[in-house]
Amino acid sequence: MTDLSSRDLMGDRKVVVDAFARRHRFKWYEAIPWLVAIACYFLFENYHALGAQIFATILFALSLDLLIGFAGIVTLGHAAFFGVGAYAAGVMAANGWQEPFSEILVAAIVASGVGFVSGLIVLRTAGLTLLMQTLVVAALLQELANKWSSVTGGSDGLLGMKIDPIFGAFRFDLFGDTAYVYCLGVLFIGWLLARNIVYSSFGRSLTGIRENANRMHAIGAPVDRRKIIIYTISAALAGVSGALIAQTTALVGLNTLALSKSGELIIMLVIGGIGRLYGGFIGVPLYMIAQDRFSQIDPIYWYFWIGLFMILVVVFARGGVLGVFERFNQRRRSR
Amino acid sequence: MSAPALETKFLVKRFGALVVSNDINFTLERGARHALIGPNGAGKTSFVNLVTGVLTPSSGEICLAGETITDLSREQRVKRGLVRTFQISALFKRLTVLENVTLAIAEREGAANDLLRPAGHHRAIIEEAYDLLVPLGLANEALRPVTELAYGRQRMIEIAMALALKPKVLLLDEPAAGVPPRETGAIIDTIERLPADIAVLFIEHDMELVFRVAQRITVLVQGGVLVEGTPAQIADDPKVRQVYLGESKH
Ligand SMILES: Nc1ncnc2c1ncn2[C@@H]1O[C@H](COP(=O)(O)OP(=O)(O)OP(=O)(O)O)[C@@H](O)[C@H]1O
Ligand SMILES: [Mg+2]
Repeated sequence: MTDLSSRDLMGDRKVVVDAFARRHRFKWYEAIPWLVAIACYFLFENYHALGAQIFATILFALSLDLLIGFAGIVTLGHAAFFGVGAYAAGVMAANGWQEPFSEILVAAIVASGVGFVSGLIVLRTAGLTLLMQTLVVAALLQELANKWSSVTGGSDGLLGMKIDPIFGAFRFDLFGDTAYVYCLGVLFIGWLLARNIVYSSFGRSLTGIRENANRMHAIGAPVDRRKIIIYTISAALAGVSGALIAQTTALVGLNTLALSKSGELIIMLVIGGIGRLYGGFIGVPLYMIAQDRFSQIDPIYWYFWIGLFMILVVVFARGGVLGVFERFNQRRRSR
Repeated sequence: MSAPALETKFLVKRFGALVVSNDINFTLERGARHALIGPNGAGKTSFVNLVTGVLTPSSGEICLAGETITDLSREQRVKRGLVRTFQISALFKRLTVLENVTLAIAEREGAANDLLRPAGHHRAIIEEAYDLLVPLGLANEALRPVTELAYGRQRMIEIAMALALKPKVLLLDEPAAGVPPRETGAIIDTIERLPADIAVLFIEHDMELVFRVAQRITVLVQGGVLVEGTPAQIADDPKVRQVYLGESKH
């Protein structure tokens, strides 16, 4: 009896360990967003500028998902890093440094610096206190940008940015053809990075922190240090996103640091589905395309409809659009 | 080498006027099987929280293998082999059983600081986690989320999480709490089979378990040590009988 069962067990062991160890492998459906993005380039030639904005915002949403969805760090001030990145790239471009990739790099470094320092302070807290503190950080930075108008342009915004052609060859054009490909490319790199982190041992430990921080302490995890690391990385990605928007719109205003910017992003992520890596890929286009269509008709009602939609998502579609897909899939499989 | 595995000296914890630990001088010998008993609210869990660094003592000293650890963080204590379980299961409920244990081993091995390679590439860690589940009878449920398991099974995972850290000193806070009687046997067996070189302190209300496993017993009442001794001494102690009047079969 022991012979047979131990052999079964050995068989199981390989099956179970394999199943567990292969979770990070790419699945076919992960190609969908990229294929759709490429198809849209050819299908919607008049909307390349909007497409570029969408890609940059997806990167922003992805950076927020790392915090809220994976590490369980709930923030209302994520626009702080987006805005800092936008201003970093914008100030460079308005003052003679026009090479786009180095601007992105600087934006990432500055935003991650702000993320690290503010993280040291705010991440000591949790829950409502954390929410308030993240909000305060963004508000302080917004006030700073407002007061420091000699550099930032204050409430008029930062104007007169000039960006060199990408690789010295592809000029940013009025129709957003270059911007579309450029933002998509940067998003792709950001997504690879985020995906890698999520499936790493470090990323799994973040999930542990989200699920039960006490238990993480009890297994000897440096919980606070891990939170600061992911906060810094997330800030860098948000900063890159801000830089993309600055470069492709040639405009940076105080609204890049606003509470509404952070709030809207959360809405987009909730609509798509939090903690799934792809929530932004669904929520951001849905939101931004709907906004583009409806806000021209009536901006006030636009917010009413988005509010109503949020309530429906929270009541009927926990986990957003992706959550609905998952449940549908489970039901089909259990049949 | 002769220093005890764990020692507390005049350990005091006050919450305002409430004294939950009152001058506790306690020694856990190497390889000991030591029970900590006492009525509800006696301060047993608080003692574990103090020793593991969840609570900061008001005064007193805690030593692990002769070294003072009073000012160390929770994680530093774990790294030195001081590990506890929780009275109320504290697991990653939505994650699978295997992932729970894997997370613990990844911490122990320092792999959890690796943010570049996929977790699945640390295959030895996953295999070790699986192998740990087998003798605890949890292997068949390795890929199920913890929340789908009966509470008795969850208590076993609680122990598995601790063993995954290869403890030198193991503090078990009511390992059988909330487990239906017919399932406590498996937990007692597991405790009896713990490696002999681990010093074990376990808190327990189930006197059958206490007297079956413990070589020494400390009785805690209202934050202070009432008596300490061998099971036979404790069973015959009139003060203990008074505290446990009608509660104990012994
Ligand atoms: N954080 C706290 N603040 C205030 N009082 C506390 C705190 N933690 C514990 N206590 C009090 O300390 C006393 C001891 O609690 P503790 O949980 O240590 O008891 P216990 O011996 O483990 O009891 P049980 O057998 O019910 O688990 C209780 O009166 C409890 O209310
Ligand atoms: Mg207790």
